[in-house]
Amino acid sequence: MHAPAPSAAVSAVRFAGVVRHFGSVKAVDGVDLSIAPGEFFAMLGPSGSGKTTCLRLIAGFEQPDGGHIEIFGETVEGLPPYRRPVNTVFQDYALFPHLSVGENVAYGLKVRGVPRAEREKLAREALALVKLAGLEARRPAQLSGGQRQRVALARALVVRPKVLLLDEPLGALDLKLREEMQVELKGLQRALGLSFVFVTHDQGEALSMADRVAVFNEGRIVQVGPPEEVYERPATRFVAAFVGAANVIEPDMAAVLGAVPRLYSLRPEKIALLAHAAPAPAGAAVVEAVVVDVSYQGPVRRLAVRTPGATLVAAVPAAQHAPAPGETVRLAIPLAALVPMEGEPKGGGA
Amino acid sequence: MSLVTLDLPAPRDGFARRLSDALMRRASLIVLLLLAPPLLWLGIVYLGSLLVFLGQAIFSIDEFSGTIVREPTTATLLELFRPANFDILMRTVGVATAVTLLCALIAFPIAYYAARYAGPRAKAGFYLAVMMPLWSSYLVKVYGWKLLLAREGAISWFAGRLGLDGALEAWLALPLVGGPSLSVSYTGMVLTFTYLWLPFMILPVQAALERVPASLIEAAGDLGASPGYTFRSVILPLAMPGVVAGAVFTFSLTLGDYIVPQIIGTSALVLGQAVYTLQGTAGNIPLAAAFSLVPILVMALFLTLARRTGAFDAM
Repeated sequence: MHAPAPSAAVSAVRFAGVVRHFGSVKAVDGVDLSIAPGEFFAMLGPSGSGKTTCLRLIAGFEQPDGGHIEIFGETVEGLPPYRRPVNTVFQDYALFPHLSVGENVAYGLKVRGVPRAEREKLAREALALVKLAGLEARRPAQLSGGQRQRVALARALVVRPKVLLLDEPLGALDLKLREEMQVELKGLQRALGLSFVFVTHDQGEALSMADRVAVFNEGRIVQVGPPEEVYERPATRFVAAFVGAANVIEPDMAAVLGAVPRLYSLRPEKIALLAHAAPAPAGAAVVEAVVVDVSYQGPVRRLAVRTPGATLVAAVPAAQHAPAPGETVRLAIPLAALVPMEGEPKGGGA
Repeated sequence: MSLVTLDLPAPRDGFARRLSDALMRRASLIVLLLLAPPLLWLGIVYLGSLLVFLGQAIFSIDEFSGTIVREPTTATLLELFRPANFDILMRTVGVATAVTLLCALIAFPIAYYAARYAGPRAKAGFYLAVMMPLWSSYLVKVYGWKLLLAREGAISWFAGRLGLDGALEAWLALPLVGGPSLSVSYTGMVLTFTYLWLPFMILPVQAALERVPASLIEAAGDLGASPGYTFRSVILPLAMPGVVAGAVFTFSLTLGDYIVPQIIGTSALVLGQAVYTLQGTAGNIPLAAAFSLVPILVMALFLTLARRTGAFDAM
């Protein structure tokens, strides 16, 4: 592998106008991005949005049809995967079924001609790092999904990649395991100081783990930023809807609320349910709405309500009195919670 | 919209429904019903007759009267090791090994192409091309090859046009594989067998290769393996169960065949011909039975060895 110590100015991964199409489908349609060394970078988007193709372009499984890709300042277009200083944790883990767990982890070392004793020691250490010490002799088929996931991680980390690529690695795990792995992955990334590029369609996963999130749609990045920014200040209608399912306030509705008529997003949890006689809070617009649907979600209750101008979703504390469908309620919408967005008022994404 | 509720009558309770109820409650009963006829056929008619025949191997034949002496003896089995008989066995195993290796060598690239590169249309064409020879008569194909291999046949003619007739002559002059012409040589016999059994090698190898997920090949490259190393360390080991399955076909089909060696090949007998003559004209059923045991033992040995080398590890 190459010598480490990149200067701070060099990006771990840099895309400049990268294009990749399959036939007439533009899977990646002019992507620019820059991932810093040591950064946990999440690529978030629905399936078919180009995030996985971007990951495969970094790994070298795909070659760009246009644009430029650099890894730590070195141009990698035309380089096959086995000549790139990056490693991948695959969605299906891709463990070799005919090799033991230890041999799987040591595979990349064997390719590099590391002597047997040395590679067995390194494989043991890597397995200990992912808390699988002692399972060297097992076959992948004898492991649980979570354990396989860890073997795949150890196998990629043991060859000391400069960037670790993770392709929806937690998708096949059950909820509890997924949350555990999220914490562990984040801890591992911090401890190793490695750049992680993490592809997911789960916004919760992206928000909770990443230093920065890139939201993909139709082959392009629509917004990049820290999780708080992407969540609190969605740039477009698509980001608002995809990340945390925000309400979109059209300009005419905004006018009803007393705001400047333009396009806004509004997080469901910012809407408060008022008691019937309660006075309007300062700086908030009060609207009457009919409850259409109520769903209990543990800490909060999600209300689908119809106001004269729009259908909104509100998330109110579950401890509060639950209105019944059909009931008329009063909602307080703080004007400061309206986040202006770019984009056309109507049409497109619904 | 409103949902209309109807008072539907319950389904009528006939004998068939009650039988279904009984079968639903006891799954083993349905397995028994399904398997009894084929198992009876296989157990009694098929295995039974085979065992009765093979059992003859412990009897011997009276050399003067030609009648079977029904007393257990190892004499017949030991007769297999007489030079003349042992030659037949070695010759047959040699031909079967050559056919199997040649089939594997030819089949692998074809299967690899079909499994990894062929699009849907090309794959349909592939299946058609591989299966079509199996639809035509075995004898027609063998006689076809006799004509191709003959001294005046297409292969000699083609070799002549390419200026390779010298090489062909030199090959035919070689002691074991050669002969007066390709159509009466072991070379011709092996070529014909290879043609006949090739589909039985291609299909299992292709199925095995198709089961290798593309992500495994990507993972090997990702970890630094060159395509050649990936092939040796991932693709080949995972395709081995398919190769072994194909080899079981090519090897056992060759071991048992007695028609091809009769039409194409030398006057020296192979195992199938020996069994055919012994049970027919010679009337020596015990020795025929002893000969018949050999392919079974050889295949058992082959599978044991394949298992030892880890060919089934990926299954």
